Amino acid sequence: MALLRLTSPHAHGPMSTQRVMLNVLLATVPGIVVLTHFFGFGTLVNILWGSLVAVGCEALALKLRRRPLGFYLKDCSALVTAFLLCIALPPYSPWWLIAIGIASAILMAKHLYGGLGYNPFNPAMVGYVILLISFPVQMTSWAPPRGLGEMPGLLDALRACFTPALYDGVTMATPLDLLNQNIASNSLLLEELWQQNPQFGLFAGVGWEWANVAFLAGGLWLLYQRIFTWHAPVAMLASLSLLAALFYDGGSSASGGSPLFHLLSGATMFGAFFIVTDPVTSTVSLRGRLIYGALIGALIYVIRVRGNYPDAVAFSVLIMNFAAPFIDFYTQPRTYGHGDKRGQK
Amino acid sequence: MRKIHGFHGGIHPPENKHQSVRTPIADAGIPPELVIPLLQHIGTPAGVVVTIGQHVLKGQVIAEAQGFVSVPKHAPTSGTIHAIEDRLIAHPSGHFAPCIVIIPDGKDEWIECRGTPDYQALDKLQLIDLIRNAGIAGMGGAGFPSSVKLSVKAGTHIETLIINGTECEPYITADDVLMRERADQIIEGAKILRHIISPRETLIGVEDNKPEGIAALRVAAEGSGIEIVEFPTKYPSGGEKQLIEILTGKQVPSGGLPSQVGVVCQNIGSTVAIYEAVVHGKPLISRVTTVTGNAVREPQNFQVLIGTPMRYLLQKAGYQAENNNRLIMGGPMMGFTVPSIDVPIVKTTNCVLAPTEAELPTPPPAQACIRCGMCAQACPVSLLPQQLFWFAQGKEFDKLEHHNLFDCIECGACSYVCPSTIPLVQYYRASKAEILQLRRDHEKAEASRIRFEARQQRLEQAEAEKEAKRAARKKAAEQRAQAMAGDSGEDPIQAAIERARAKRPPRRARGAARANSINWRKPWSRRRNAWTPPMPNLRRQKPRVAISWRPCKPAWTKPATSWRRRNRLWRSINRRTMTRRRSTPPRRQSREPWPSARRKPR
Repeated sequence: MALLRLTSPHAHGPMSTQRVMLNVLLATVPGIVVLTHFFGFGTLVNILWGSLVAVGCEALALKLRRRPLGFYLKDCSALVTAFLLCIALPPYSPWWLIAIGIASAILMAKHLYGGLGYNPFNPAMVGYVILLISFPVQMTSWAPPRGLGEMPGLLDALRACFTPALYDGVTMATPLDLLNQNIASNSLLLEELWQQNPQFGLFAGVGWEWANVAFLAGGLWLLYQRIFTWHAPVAMLASLSLLAALFYDGGSSASGGSPLFHLLSGATMFGAFFIVTDPVTSTVSLRGRLIYGALIGALIYVIRVRGNYPDAVAFSVLIMNFAAPFIDFYTQPRTYGHGDKRGQK
Repeated sequence: MRKIHGFHGGIHPPENKHQSVRTPIADAGIPPELVIPLLQHIGTPAGVVVTIGQHVLKGQVIAEAQGFVSVPKHAPTSGTIHAIEDRLIAHPSGHFAPCIVIIPDGKDEWIECRGTPDYQALDKLQLIDLIRNAGIAGMGGAGFPSSVKLSVKAGTHIETLIINGTECEPYITADDVLMRERADQIIEGAKILRHIISPRETLIGVEDNKPEGIAALRVAAEGSGIEIVEFPTKYPSGGEKQLIEILTGKQVPSGGLPSQVGVVCQNIGSTVAIYEAVVHGKPLISRVTTVTGNAVREPQNFQVLIGTPMRYLLQKAGYQAENNNRLIMGGPMMGFTVPSIDVPIVKTTNCVLAPTEAELPTPPPAQACIRCGMCAQACPVSLLPQQLFWFAQGKEFDKLEHHNLFDCIECGACSYVCPSTIPLVQYYRASKAEILQLRRDHEKAEASRIRFEARQQRLEQAEAEKEAKRAARKKAAEQRAQAMAGDSGEDPIQAAIERARAKRPPRRARGAARANSINWRKPWSRRRNAWTPPMPNLRRQKPRVAISWRPCKPAWTKPATSWRRRNRLWRSINRRTMTRRRSTPPRRQSREPWPSARRKPR
């Protein structure tokens, strides 16, 4: 047998891209379960349909780019994009909305830039923002949480997705919507707002708080698996809560909401652990990740409280994606034997 | 207890060290043939001092050191010099290099060697000389001559002497068994080194996965003042720079030497070799090598003669060729694959690894980099490997240097953790080589530029001198003319020109004279063959000159100048034009706009 001629290292660790992606998929499960519990089967149907479209789009793009299908589909990155986008979409979205979102995410945001690893913007968030700008009505109509209205079943969810013309669902403003409107109209104290609207729960929205806790749990598990480092999510959550604490002012009518409200509302935890940590589009140096995360947190707060959109994770992440290479350039770690460090006389 | 400093990054690959430490060091014996490469260390190769057919004794010098960074080679056993020729050696590129081939006579007869057990009587330089003459080069893998490392520049104070017993690479146990079995020799060697460089403290750094070795060293070191420091296992803590940071907290400046921060490092194997050389007078002719991997039946450590073919050694350990996918010299992280099983063991061979395909599988094709940053977390020198990979792909050499590519120690931690199985280290190696080549080219170009400029300057100077002389002559001539014209008040030169004008034929006749002479076509003319040298415009002189490119002379034209001059001119023109014409035949103008019918566009 001829001897192989290979370069060092000859050993390889257990980690693979496929494993990274599968871990991320697995970590979204608790969040999906909670969302399904509170908002019905809408999210689940979203994900199923979205994954199909995503794999189809990925296959199409690979075919057009003359890449081997099996090898590239194996890395499951298209599935991750589909999961992240479909979790962010409102439940009971029509099939065409999901298809447009996924197609723009996979074909435009990912493959037009050269495929996995080359995209400067988070594909899921590009898809989300395209949908939000193009179809604002469908994108801001969230179903009421469990206990505040009739709970649609699995059949209803399928009908809502595939025959949207025949489905007539109930929608309700989310807590972040309510807060946003309250700040704009400057009418109610936070306490009154809480009492007048049944959507508010213990700290934040009914259902939303638990969804956020579930995504936090998934994120912590990923952290434990060393899929990413703590820097970006922690910096983002810290800066968001810091700004919220600064402008809370005890719950007046102009208050931006308590830190806990912001941490457990909307897509905060989902964004912190699943979107901000996207390795391809974020910074790579650890100091850079701190800056990157902190600025995203600040942008989220500003847009949530002062902007026209109730939630802001997608916009903030996309804006900071622009800045990532710049931050990277200025936050290179100090290499061994360079600069000021100890031991150099 | 000593403070242990950490270093950034690092990984924990499976150690796989237990397989080869179950039995004590075995003697590999004398193989039927020994192949000793002249270059087994960093530096210049040794020069041969024996002849083919000569009988040599064990320990006899067969090649002498050439230059400062070089060490001699000794005969590992007694026998005859069979050949001095190029043989395949253990090198990543698999090239042939000059080697001395010895056929052992089996008597294993030592040359007379004199040890100096009372080495304290010798001074520093004598000891360094002794170590150099024993042919000792770093036995940890790089093979830097120990004597060079020990000759610290005068005026540098060495604070710490570190004996490197880390052996962080998986599979290798050569230093481990040395610590277990020859702890007292290591301590003696350390004492000799301490005598040479007189540091404030002497440390032996060992990873905590070798408890037996540490215990043996502690027993041997009792009362000697040598401290055995145990620290957590992490790859690559055995790298010289990493070990220095772990033990002292100091960082060797980029591109600098450990002595700049007051540290000298020596490997365990080299320490034992130094002990042998000083106390027993025995040169470095054998070493301990680990033979391991699942493709050998009895993984173990061998005391093996330098120059032993790998095949012989592997067979001693029960090599199963059919299970082996690649043969690695060194460990799985930094070792390299050898081209053939017949390459010889050299002074730096600490391990021969024969893995099976299941053990070290062939890497799958690389996927796209997802910039996960796991490599940056694993990098022991805090580089950004994924950025380096990016720049290496784009051949952006200035950015590579800006990101400190040259501080990469090629430990392989980044490739090990890479989820996309990208051969990162290979990219860095290639880029480093390319940058070095560019630098060399640049230096060459710079040297020739300087040479050219100097020449230009010299020529200009000569020209200026000539010009000055000319001016001086002109001035002198003017003065002379003035002196001549002094009384008549008329310029004699001007007067001569006037006289010549008066003699000229009238205007009409002048035209005829011009037609008679050769009419030069300008070399820069915009004709098709603009490269043609100045030549007569023959068309205008058609009736009088034969249009032929054969060397010929216009027979019936009346020469404007002398025949001799005219002939010479024609000869030269014919020579030039003929040679050019022959080499590039006139291009045929095809009627189609495309070159030929064959390549006609469809």
